[in-house]
Amino acid sequence: MPEDRVLMKGNEAIGEAAIRAGCTFYAGYPITPQNELTEYMSYHMPKAGRAFVQAESEVAAINMVYGAAATGARAMTSSSGPGISLKQEGVSYMCGAELPCFYANIVRGGPGLGNIAPAQSDYFQATRGGGHGDYRVIVLAPSTVQELFDITMLGFELADKYRNPAMILGDGILGQMREPIVLREPVEYDPGTKGAWSLGNSAGREKHMITSVRLAPGTLEKHNMKLFRKYKEIAEKEQRYELTAVDDAEVIIIAYGTSARVAKSAVAAARESGDIRLGIIRLITLWPYPADIIREYADKGARFLVVEMSLGQMYEDALLSVAGKTDVSLLAHTGGGLPAEEEIIETAKKVRASDGPVEVFPEAAE
Amino acid sequence: MTTKTIMAGFGGQGVVLMGTLLAHGAMVEGKHTTFFPSYGAEMRGGTANCSVVVSDREIASPIVNQPDCVVAMNIASLNKFESRVRPGGIIFVNSSLIDRRVERDDVTEIRVPANEVAESLGDVRAANMVMLGGIVKKTGVVNLETLGESLEKVLSERAMGLIDLDRQALKRGFEEVA
Amino acid sequence: MRLEVDDLKKVFGRPESLSDKPNMYCPGCGHGLAHRLVAEAVDALGLKDRCIGVASVGCSVFADDYFDFDFVQAAHGRAPAVATGIKRSKPDSIVFTHQGDGDLASIGAAEMLHSANRGEMITVIFVNNAIYGMTGGQMAPTTLVGMKTSTSKLGRDPKVAGYPVRVCELLKDLEGVAYLERVAVNTPAHVIKAAKAVRKAFEVQDEGLGFSLVEILSQCPTGWGRLPKDAVDWVDDNMVPYYPLGVFRDVTAKEQK
Repeated sequence: MPEDRVLMKGNEAIGEAAIRAGCTFYAGYPITPQNELTEYMSYHMPKAGRAFVQAESEVAAINMVYGAAATGARAMTSSSGPGISLKQEGVSYMCGAELPCFYANIVRGGPGLGNIAPAQSDYFQATRGGGHGDYRVIVLAPSTVQELFDITMLGFELADKYRNPAMILGDGILGQMREPIVLREPVEYDPGTKGAWSLGNSAGREKHMITSVRLAPGTLEKHNMKLFRKYKEIAEKEQRYELTAVDDAEVIIIAYGTSARVAKSAVAAARESGDIRLGIIRLITLWPYPADIIREYADKGARFLVVEMSLGQMYEDALLSVAGKTDVSLLAHTGGGLPAEEEIIETAKKVRASDGPVEVFPEAAE
Repeated sequence: MTTKTIMAGFGGQGVVLMGTLLAHGAMVEGKHTTFFPSYGAEMRGGTANCSVVVSDREIASPIVNQPDCVVAMNIASLNKFESRVRPGGIIFVNSSLIDRRVERDDVTEIRVPANEVAESLGDVRAANMVMLGGIVKKTGVVNLETLGESLEKVLSERAMGLIDLDRQALKRGFEEVA
Repeated sequence: MRLEVDDLKKVFGRPESLSDKPNMYCPGCGHGLAHRLVAEAVDALGLKDRCIGVASVGCSVFADDYFDFDFVQAAHGRAPAVATGIKRSKPDSIVFTHQGDGDLASIGAAEMLHSANRGEMITVIFVNNAIYGMTGGQMAPTTLVGMKTSTSKLGRDPKVAGYPVRVCELLKDLEGVAYLERVAVNTPAHVIKAAKAVRKAFEVQDEGLGFSLVEILSQCPTGWGRLPKDAVDWVDDNMVPYYPLGVFRDVTAKEQK
């Protein structure tokens, strides 16, 4: 009921969820629009007896996380696009060394310094690993403040389960907005569960070494194949999504995060007005991409419309998923632009009226 | 039923608190609500604004392009947002600081002397609460009593000493508007 | 006279904290000596079970192989940040980094400066041989003026490359720093002094006094294109005049006053 809900800002919800997930180490560096998360942690982590460091740079922050994770801590950092680019160094090392961590990208408009408006333009960076080398990170895409909270707690679990970084791909709206949420109970986290490989208190055992260097011929290929098998397992088991009104839909929208919020409202509005029967597959994991469910509907001949706040990045994964069996259309915004409900409905109607795919970009592109 | 409001003023007028309190009250009454502030560089230079959406259904985007209500605490805010209100919408004007009238004839203008009322209560800082009292009277988006209770959750520890004044200000604002 | 093995007294051996892996450093290199001094200090202070080392990028990238306690390998320049994460997560551990001059004073300058400034309770073993050894002898931030390297073939020209960075001098006024000394390992006398400095740095960490760093001037015969016997002389003749040896900061000395 209403009274157990609290009104919380997205960035702060991530912080509170991290503390309740047993996060014992956070390092961050100021950047808009995620500052409230770093601020929240600076106050609440020490209060809970956990470690907080304001790092000298995003590069230092992620490398502190690397060190903390090596001791078995549940470690975390956060930033926005430009800072996440810098953190790719540490993320790559952590994937190579099989260290878990959790981080949040509260995406702003790019490229470059871009702007501080909400965007989804870091999709490729997130879902393709982002840094150098042959690796993947688990990418989670919440669309409400409640989901920011829940997915943060889930993210720490998945990271530990697979000994791999997991991240939230949010955006400026999700980070900045306040919404009512229900706080979940804290979990008991025991760093001792990582005792088989973590560093410290080495009395009476062989030494532990954590590294991503494998120079001896053949050893890196072997190691990378081990990682690859892990990624395959994740891809099979961890695809997450939410279906709304898809079964009789004339057009099925594929979207995530803020654009999925708007799209969901468009689905409801179009159903109410009788304009067009829309449905939506809202993606909750971006890597692994929920290709199986999309393929399932592609096999039934569904027609898809991708709605994203980037210029056709997620679109590519949708195209790969349907593998030419049906057509996929695109409604794209960029640089902080948001799709509107009416625009989504109009585009879906264009798709219905067309024999092939439709691509709609902001007018400013002309 | 969905009510979208943009509140704006200069830094220190308590626009963010006004918006947060409205959203909190809506939450307590079991409604869907979002609060979205202006942030980053947009905040610099002295003006602040926020958007609050209250609805009986899930809210698509917390960003408001065409509000049902605009709350202008100073002249710059009225200049900026007057044109954005939907036809038939309401503009709440802090008449203590804004001399001019709303120019559009397809919206309702509600003038609230928020600073004067707050001063008469002993603290001009309560002008935001006077205005909010007026807003809920006119729109009925949440109950006045709910806001009075929500203050306990929303005020910072530092501001808790002003809670009685804030409640009085809400009530006076409520009475001020017909 | 005939001696049985039991009659022999062991006067010198491999420190317990050093692994039995032969190191892959070039003949005459100072890195191995630096490792040994660390292992001796850790053993002498009884810190082995709590010790966590951080290897960096450079010739000592495989330092983790040469010690017999827990180790993590860090990205180029980031060892002090990694050490920060370890120490803050496990405050009862003894954490040190082993870094060369390119790693510490160039790409890792920010991590060095800020971990020192925060007073992180870590020890940095900084091996300064005035050159990038692993990548094949390029100019380092500490390469001396006029010194020829593969990226300064006519000698380091301060007009385009600036002057060599003196790390101890740079850090000595930071409040977070508890112990700072520059030593060398080119002569037995210098090695004995270096051993004391390394031990002191670990003691300072164990006592929780702050950040400690020992800069070890080291010969790099391969990178310098000199015979090992000439390289040790080159340290005295060229490096020490620019990089004076000695204690630059010692908070325990202040306490004694």
